[in-house]
Amino acid sequence: MSNVPADLRYTKSHEWVRALGDGTVEIGITDHAQHELGDLVFVEVPEAGRTVKADEPCAVVESVKAASDVYAPIAGEITAGNPKLAAEPEMVNADPYGEGWLMRLKPSPGALAAAALLSATEYQKVLDAEGG
Amino acid sequence: MAFIPHTEADVAAMLAAIGVARIEELFDEVPAELRVKSLAGVPEALNEMEIGRLMSERAHSDGIALSFLGAGAYEHHIPAAVWAITTRGEFYSAYTPYQAEASQGTLQLTYEFQSMMARLTGMAVANASMYDGASATAEAALMAVRANRKSRSARILVPLTLHPHYRRVASATAANQGLKFEELPYGAQEGITLPDALARYETEDITALIVPQPNFFGRLEDVDALTDWAHAHGILVIAVVNPTALALLKPPGEWGARGADIAVGEGQPLGVPLSSGGPYFGFMTTRMEYVRQMPGRIVGRTLDAAGKEGFTLTLQAREQHIRRAKATSNICTNQGLLMTAATIYLSLLGPQGLTRTAAAAHARTRELVTALTRVPGVRPAFTGPCFHEAVLQLDRPAAPVLRALAGRGIIGGLDLAGYYPELGNALLVCATETKTSADIERYRAALSEALQSVRAA
Amino acid sequence: MPVSEKVVFEYSRPGRGARDQWPQETPAAALSDLPAKLRRARAPELPEIGELEAVRHFTRLSQLNFSIDTHFYPLGSCTMKYNPKACNQYAMLPEFLARHPLAPESHGQGLLACLYELQEMLKAVSGMEGVALSPMAGAQGEFAGVAMIRAYHRARGDLKRNEIIVPEAAHGTNPATATMCGCVVREVPVGREGDVDIDALSRAVGPQTAGIMLTNPSTLGVFERRIVEVARVVHDAGGLLYYDGANLNAILGMVRPGDMGFDVIHMNLHKTFSTPHGGGGPGAGAVGVGARLLPFLPIPVVGREGERYHWLTEADLPQSIGRLSAFMGNTGVLLRAYIYMRMLGREGMRQVGEYATLNANYLLKRLQDAGFDAAYPQRRASHEFIVTLKRQARDLNVTAMDFAKRLLDYGFHAPTTYFPLIVPECLLIEPTETETRDTLDAFVTAMTQIEKEAEREPARVTSAPHTMPVRRLDDVRAARQLDLTWKPTAQP
Repeated sequence: MSNVPADLRYTKSHEWVRALGDGTVEIGITDHAQHELGDLVFVEVPEAGRTVKADEPCAVVESVKAASDVYAPIAGEITAGNPKLAAEPEMVNADPYGEGWLMRLKPSPGALAAAALLSATEYQKVLDAEGG
Repeated sequence: MAFIPHTEADVAAMLAAIGVARIEELFDEVPAELRVKSLAGVPEALNEMEIGRLMSERAHSDGIALSFLGAGAYEHHIPAAVWAITTRGEFYSAYTPYQAEASQGTLQLTYEFQSMMARLTGMAVANASMYDGASATAEAALMAVRANRKSRSARILVPLTLHPHYRRVASATAANQGLKFEELPYGAQEGITLPDALARYETEDITALIVPQPNFFGRLEDVDALTDWAHAHGILVIAVVNPTALALLKPPGEWGARGADIAVGEGQPLGVPLSSGGPYFGFMTTRMEYVRQMPGRIVGRTLDAAGKEGFTLTLQAREQHIRRAKATSNICTNQGLLMTAATIYLSLLGPQGLTRTAAAAHARTRELVTALTRVPGVRPAFTGPCFHEAVLQLDRPAAPVLRALAGRGIIGGLDLAGYYPELGNALLVCATETKTSADIERYRAALSEALQSVRAA
Repeated sequence: MPVSEKVVFEYSRPGRGARDQWPQETPAAALSDLPAKLRRARAPELPEIGELEAVRHFTRLSQLNFSIDTHFYPLGSCTMKYNPKACNQYAMLPEFLARHPLAPESHGQGLLACLYELQEMLKAVSGMEGVALSPMAGAQGEFAGVAMIRAYHRARGDLKRNEIIVPEAAHGTNPATATMCGCVVREVPVGREGDVDIDALSRAVGPQTAGIMLTNPSTLGVFERRIVEVARVVHDAGGLLYYDGANLNAILGMVRPGDMGFDVIHMNLHKTFSTPHGGGGPGAGAVGVGARLLPFLPIPVVGREGERYHWLTEADLPQSIGRLSAFMGNTGVLLRAYIYMRMLGREGMRQVGEYATLNANYLLKRLQDAGFDAAYPQRRASHEFIVTLKRQARDLNVTAMDFAKRLLDYGFHAPTTYFPLIVPECLLIEPTETETRDTLDAFVTAMTQIEKEAEREPARVTSAPHTMPVRRLDDVRAARQLDLTWKPTAQP
């Protein structure tokens, strides 16, 4: 059983989104995703200033078993990539919803509302269907 | 029998265990209309004695000539120990080291190979080999496109002084992924890429510049100037280098102010016989910051569960068997056996042996050029220093001259008419440490006669 | 087995060397024309050791390996059959080794005869009209095949066909190759019994379909029973069929890909035709084509006029997809394949298919009788089959990886693990035709023992191997703390 915090929003591709209160959002991968990948050995985060479209691959999380793309849940401009992950990729495993955040983004006007993000309950249903 | 050990008793017992009467029944899922009726195009079997005889006859009919050919494959002395060890069954018949605990021999040897190639090229890290120098060059271009975040054009500048086959392979391999290769002319007198060839790209978005050293003509390019120019314009530098030459020449890691970004080349000169064109191996080295963009296998050292050092394939997540459609390349098999030979070769030669080999090759080529240009009607095509190959211009077409030489048991070099028609009657000649002064004199005398006979004809 | 061996640099002593291997020293004057700014400042840092030290070091390294010559190696999809010594000996005759690739054809008629005859034999066993030998590995053969399919459609002016269909169980090189050729990949599912889902396939094809890449028998170790229908569906939609020859050993001499409807195939000479795996290579991925794709073959190809052989290049094949190798491919590998095929002959080809299939079915049955679960129990094994250990993983907490590692202690190289990806906890097992019944029985005994250990003493299995030169290696550490080249004061 993986951890699915109630106060976040989710995507079907196992990303989570947290509104930061200043108009920007924070994005990472879920506990289920980090568990599936196994110990992360490398994380590549996008550079600040980069504009991304919704569903555009913008980060890579790499374990011994797999290297997976992380998709931007919302269109917008990247304001920061987590600088700690270069030296400590395992943070994503240890604290996927906290210190293991991947990037922060300023959504394009209307993008946050338009994005069909899942609630915690809806995401849990996705996991149950996958058997995770 | 096709090395099949089964006796009739074995077969009977096995069929009984499976529960069928004949082997034929095991194919009952195959539609009958697909079954082969006859393999008429395949001859009857030969036993080992018979095939041995056939191969010996064919080899004998081909013979061994005195060869002055280079052009991307070089004849060097190979110590007997190299292939005696490389063909040991434990190296020869081992698989890719996916089960690391059962493959520490191959894995450690690969780590040693990576270390040697990194040092030889002056770069930080190497992979475990690619098919050959030409495909390594193509892969380097693809890698540069991935690695150069500042460039979006996928335009690669390729000097015409890069081996013509390498240019063709790069184009055949990488054009389907949107790469555009643009050719740079060379100076007619100098036989190298000149600064004014680059001038028109001053303000263009270019992803990478390929720099061969030595180039196809054997001439030495101004690698520092080319490298600095490229870096000043946000262009990555791909060095294509001869590994023997690197014992004497400045390695790509030290070109210009920052060094080349990727270095590749043909590893055949390192302990691999000419063997009619292959198998050879390509090597690839790069900066640490680009290691994740590098295709092919990489071996790393780590610890085992008991804290003991061991070796394993690493960074596999980039490779085809995991990343699939997003892999850095589709490469799966490498050239492991040849990499093994090269590692043993480099260990036997060591720094002094490799340096002497390079120096001797250089000296022999100078001697060859001096001797041959004494023959009337023969002159060097370019001014400036060469390394172990040179282009000569003849006052007659090279093809009939080469045929006349071949009739005397001498393979004189490569006729460049098909590749560089602008050079006229041009011949690419090479001499390595394997040629003696007597060999060179024999060539000179034969060339003199051949030119006279062609003239007279 | 030796327990371990130092890294070669650790034997270095300044001034040591294999002096008998060095050419005479060259006077400095002979190098005077090399400009100082292009010269290397210091000699490269290569090991400085004597010849015996080198021989000892590398011999000891070899003894740390498993290999076909020493161990049963049932790696599915790899075809680890005996590499006959005769193939090596005759491919390494001095005249073949000494020949420069660009030497005149007049001095290579013996070699060219061997290569031409190899082309002809490969045509015969594959049922194809033309063969090119230059691709240097299966993956390069795949690249050539997909590139030829693209070239064919383009030549007909059909520029929309850029989609390649692969079954979900396909080997990773297939989608990677499709991408390298600028194509988009579309996966189709496989049914419960291991065949491609024809309905899904029919929905997936259309005017965007360039072709489909298939292996037959498939990567699941079973024959694609409706292959004739698959071919019809794809051809009717205007696409072509590509055959991944990785599993050709199962049907060699019994069925020909050309007869199944395939338009282009690659063959892994280092699998089916027994050339050595060499610790990872070299391979050779010869490609065969039907009439439609003949003009697009990669160059060079060996041609014959009367009794003379010659190379066909761009001038002869103007629509060729081009040159994939600096010279003519892995010639030494091609010679080994030639010798092997001549030793097999017509009869031997068929025996390969027969006995590879016999050995696989026997081993499958014995493992089933010992209580192991086949992934497709209702199907015949081809030359390989899948055993799934998902029950053991669930009930005993012992995985396919654990079994694989414990097999090493029993003196067997593990089968292929975790491929194909769609079968959980799987072992893909391919014995090949060159193994005896006794070896197969011993393997079954070992598997049975390991299962018992898993029940009574699971730690013995989950922490295996115990008797190898190293225990299980920390590959997370290997990827996080990259140590890829030796440094004098490096600590791991």
